[in-house]
Amino acid sequence: MMCATQLASPATKAMFSRILTSGLFAGAAAGLITALLQLYFVQPVLLHAELYEGGELVHFGADPVTAHPELPGMFAEPVRDGLSIIFTMLTYTGYALVMAALMSVAERQGHEINARTGILWGLAGFITFHFAPGLTLAPEVPGVAAADVGARQIWWGATVAAAGVAMWLIAYGGSLAGYAVAALLLLAPHVIGAPEPESFTGPVPTEIGALFAARAFGVGMAAWVLLGSFAGYFWQTEGKRAEAAA
Amino acid sequence: MTTKTLKASAAGTSVLPALFAVVLGFGIITLTGHVQASALHDAAHDVRHATGFPCH
Repeated sequence: MMCATQLASPATKAMFSRILTSGLFAGAAAGLITALLQLYFVQPVLLHAELYEGGELVHFGADPVTAHPELPGMFAEPVRDGLSIIFTMLTYTGYALVMAALMSVAERQGHEINARTGILWGLAGFITFHFAPGLTLAPEVPGVAAADVGARQIWWGATVAAAGVAMWLIAYGGSLAGYAVAALLLLAPHVIGAPEPESFTGPVPTEIGALFAARAFGVGMAAWVLLGSFAGYFWQTEGKRAEAAA
Repeated sequence: MTTKTLKASAAGTSVLPALFAVVLGFGIITLTGHVQASALHDAAHDVRHATGFPCH
């Protein structure tokens, strides 16, 4: 009994349930909105690129190619789009769990967490998980040439880790040395460079690739701001609920 | 003795749940975004591209 009490005190259980609940609510809600934004704004660009990837359209052939081919609409492929919605919700729930855990640490250090400060958390998350790695490994449209996926994943993971530490130092470090280390952490992955392909073999027009990267970043930023704000909101309301119940 | 035990469990309060949630969160991100098993890759393909994960 004593041992059980030590392993999971009521305070630990309450904290655990607060992190899980805020993470799940924020992640599922932001993930669902993000999935719809992606299906509307990003997916058509991806499907357009796949026409070139599969060879149905050929860039720089003998004849000019229309920039407006007929593309399947939203939910024209229900299984594919349904899986995209589920996986987007899962991915953003993963992000939200990490964010809620870090929010518990920040709050313990005396920082206020709510829907408003959550917007800054969201922007920091966007920079960490999306913009920092994407600055050198740009969001890829299908069919582009790229280096070995394992090597790119290692660089992606290291860049995300460095950017995450940098964001924390900028937000809560509060010292000049902290800012300097943060700047180094943000710059280093890009100075070192990401794994690049040996040669360019992508059949997709640059217009599509550029639009895809821009849309991925734009929707990503909106998604993260929502995620941060939702996480801050649920973090606060779950805390009040736990206090009222105690 | 009792005081010590209580203090120890209070100190553990902030770290363990947070640590578990971080591990769980990164586990989910790894599964949805990075594992190359073909069933997972195919199901998550569009999301991986749109979210900026290295996909192929």
